[in-house]
Amino acid sequence: MAEVAARELPESIKPPDLIQGGEDFTSITNTVARVAEYKPPKGWYIAFGIAVSVLGVLLAMLGYLFWKGVGIWGNNQPVAWGWPIVNFVFWVGIGHAGTLISAVLFLFRQQWRTSINRFAEAMTIFAVMCAGLFPAIHVGRPWLAYWLFPIPNQMRMWPNFRSPLLWDVFAVSTYATVSLLFWYMGMVPDLATLRDRATKKLPRLLYGVFALGWTGSNRAWHRFERAYLLLAALATPLVLSVHSVVSFDFAVAQLPGWHTTIFPPYFVAGAIFSGFAMVITLMVPARQFFGLKNLVTMRHLENMCKVIMATGMMVGYAYGVEFFIAWYSGNKYEGFVFINRALGNYAWAYWTMVTCNVLLPQVFWFRKMRRNLVVMFVIAAFVNVGMWFERFVITVTSTSRDFLPSSWHYFTPTLFDAVILLGSFGLFFTFFLLFCRFLPTVAMAEVKTVLPEAHPGHHHQPAEVER
Amino acid sequence: MSAEPRLYGVLAEFEDVDSLVAAARKVREAGYTRFDAHTPFPVHGLDDAMGVQPTILPWIVLLCGLIGLGGGFLLQWWTNAVDYPFVISGKPLFGLPGAVPVAYELTILLASFGAFFGMLALNGLPKWYHPLFRVARFSRATSDRFYLVIQGSDPFFSPATPEWLASLGASAVETVPEPDEPDTPPRWFKGLTWIVTSLALLPPAMIAKARFSEMQHPRVHLVKNMDFQKKFKAQQASPLFADGRAMRPDPAGTVARGDLDPTSTLATGRNPDGSYATAYPLAVDQALIERGRERFAIYCATCHGLDGRGDSMVARRALLRQGQQGTNWVPPADLTGEAVAAQPPGRIFETISRGRNTMPGYSQQIRPRDRWAIALYLEALRQAQAGLDAPGDKDNQEEAGR
Ligand code: HEC
Repeated sequence: MAEVAARELPESIKPPDLIQGGEDFTSITNTVARVAEYKPPKGWYIAFGIAVSVLGVLLAMLGYLFWKGVGIWGNNQPVAWGWPIVNFVFWVGIGHAGTLISAVLFLFRQQWRTSINRFAEAMTIFAVMCAGLFPAIHVGRPWLAYWLFPIPNQMRMWPNFRSPLLWDVFAVSTYATVSLLFWYMGMVPDLATLRDRATKKLPRLLYGVFALGWTGSNRAWHRFERAYLLLAALATPLVLSVHSVVSFDFAVAQLPGWHTTIFPPYFVAGAIFSGFAMVITLMVPARQFFGLKNLVTMRHLENMCKVIMATGMMVGYAYGVEFFIAWYSGNKYEGFVFINRALGNYAWAYWTMVTCNVLLPQVFWFRKMRRNLVVMFVIAAFVNVGMWFERFVITVTSTSRDFLPSSWHYFTPTLFDAVILLGSFGLFFTFFLLFCRFLPTVAMAEVKTVLPEAHPGHHHQPAEVER
Repeated sequence: MSAEPRLYGVLAEFEDVDSLVAAARKVREAGYTRFDAHTPFPVHGLDDAMGVQPTILPWIVLLCGLIGLGGGFLLQWWTNAVDYPFVISGKPLFGLPGAVPVAYELTILLASFGAFFGMLALNGLPKWYHPLFRVARFSRATSDRFYLVIQGSDPFFSPATPEWLASLGASAVETVPEPDEPDTPPRWFKGLTWIVTSLALLPPAMIAKARFSEMQHPRVHLVKNMDFQKKFKAQQASPLFADGRAMRPDPAGTVARGDLDPTSTLATGRNPDGSYATAYPLAVDQALIERGRERFAIYCATCHGLDGRGDSMVARRALLRQGQQGTNWVPPADLTGEAVAAQPPGRIFETISRGRNTMPGYSQQIRPRDRWAIALYLEALRQAQAGLDAPGDKDNQEEAGR
């Protein structure tokens, strides 16, 4: 209905079209498919070279880790969960924006999502891959990590379903699977486009296999759209549950600073926050490189900046409430933990987190800043850093000052911790760059539906009233 | 091979959405049933024009979701409460709230499978081949053109159909032959598929084998660092200590377990003739009573209460839960009452050492000397309380007056 009202508004304040530069069906296909069909710009090769090298370092480190054991990390009593768990939560959080953009915004009929959803979904998949890596290598004997799943075995034992850590296994693996299905299913029609345009034999075969024989039949579209809607409706509660369950890993433990009921919503808000920041970090350079400026417009970026600011303030609110409850509960231990967080050994980490997550995004109050590519890129990078620190603060401050003062300990990471975190970025970017190179980075079929001429009788009605 | 190729159908191309929707409506109104539109994106209003019935997919998804939900609860209940029950952190073997997260995730997982695979199955996908793939112009169906196809097998189909279709605003009309031989995947591709499928079957086969066989040898350890640990074992040399031995001698005065004469009165509470000791086998003094008070507060008061009357937190809590989950709680005895008062110290000692009825023994935690001290303290406690309860006692009268 807002759109109906918009029609009567003067031209100057009407929201701009979602797609700009006079694109039509043909040009959208060309713009997007060309990325996958022609040799990428030189920058891609350089970036890919770096990413693959870093991935190589990661693999070498993992080999050493398997050989030597988790003792190469800084983890020890009382901080038994060090960087690996911090990194896990960090990456899972990033993985939330993709499904949120695709599913939640889809259900709310936010059509601006069509230009960025494929991109964000791909980011989700690769981020969840990185996330899944960390608990798997954190179990100490990664080759036995399959014990986490209820697989019949010769020991006749079953995993303990009463532990939040097992819930986590189910939540994260369900999330990875459903995100993959969602991403892939949305991509099938676009893969068919690439198949039909392919001139060489091998690409035609490979795109053809993954396009599953899609012909664009309307009877198929009918079921496809239904399936897409249902998947979106399923993915939405899923996305909310995943980070809630991740937060249970902490909240169900009876450790001051962890044992709080605000954790699930606080974690979910943080996840959306960090995910959107990551989308901006990736999107700003990618649209530049691949010439997608007409599809991913300033309006898209501006909307994302707004989401970042809003979720940043939610996270800030959660930081505040934690302190309030620590005081209000009258619990000495809880109170100590929070005073220690802000003023103790790790105060530097705490204030880094507050600065990056709460203070810096405030610049997005200004329209000028929301529309400045450099500013948004820099702020998004800071948010990524800040959100990593948030997980660090939660995980490490509470455990390093546990109930028994004689075992208090200042956690120091080792070089291996740092290199493996860095390496996970190699993993992420390798896959991401391959995605940008070979797959449709923008959901062509969906973008076409937001063009006015995609709707029968469009001369009588503006596009957005339909649907 | 027949001379005249069989007809798959007739294909009409449209430039824009409006003419497509209008044409689709006319085709349906003309009575055709085996026809379809092919478009690069879902065109709204086309379902209505074509008379496409709502799909049953939502029901499939619902069914799968319910299977996930029920299966999730069943899985957790059966594995943790039936097949392999073990108590952890005092939690019940199966509790509904704790089972929700996993059942919730499995609901979504299975429902999503239902949506994805259900959609594919209903659409007859994946499909290697379609006659339309041989039509050159059809490659724009996934980009920027719109097509209507009426199949030759439609009962209404007649030789005039193509011409009629052209009159509906199509920019081009073409008949599509049914090829004699459909395209098939290249051989190497088929081979690859076979190899991948067989490899994918390996893990389940290994699981099945593991489940139904017994291992004769310990698991092979790829990384041996647990088998050969850096630590000192008995009889090894160690540079850490002056005497060069890894094993440390006992501290002076240590009595090994069982070294105490197990038949002495001090150790059993009984006289050589088997009767309970009526006197204490060690010197009775104020210090021993104090020691007994301290040990009693540590080891006994949790159940019997500081005043020995059995009204402790543990007892109260146990009474509250009496009867729940099959509990049958015997309250701790009143240590100041007649029954215990009548017992000789040797018998109290034996109760502490070996336990009695439902009370556990404490010989592992409390040294013999301290057990005697507790027995002595009990006697002192009883006497002190008897004095307190004596008629005319000031504190007691206040108590009664309240
Ligand atoms: C775990 C709780 C518990 C603790 C701790 C405990 N008791 Fe008991 N005690 C009992 C219960 C229950 C009974 C009643 C046993 C019955 O009749 O089944 C009992 C009975 C007794 C009796 C009477 C036995 C009889 O002859 O019927 C004596 C004496 C006694 N306890 C002494 C002690 C002393 C001394 C200690 C400390 C070393 C102690 N108890 C610690 C639970 C406890």
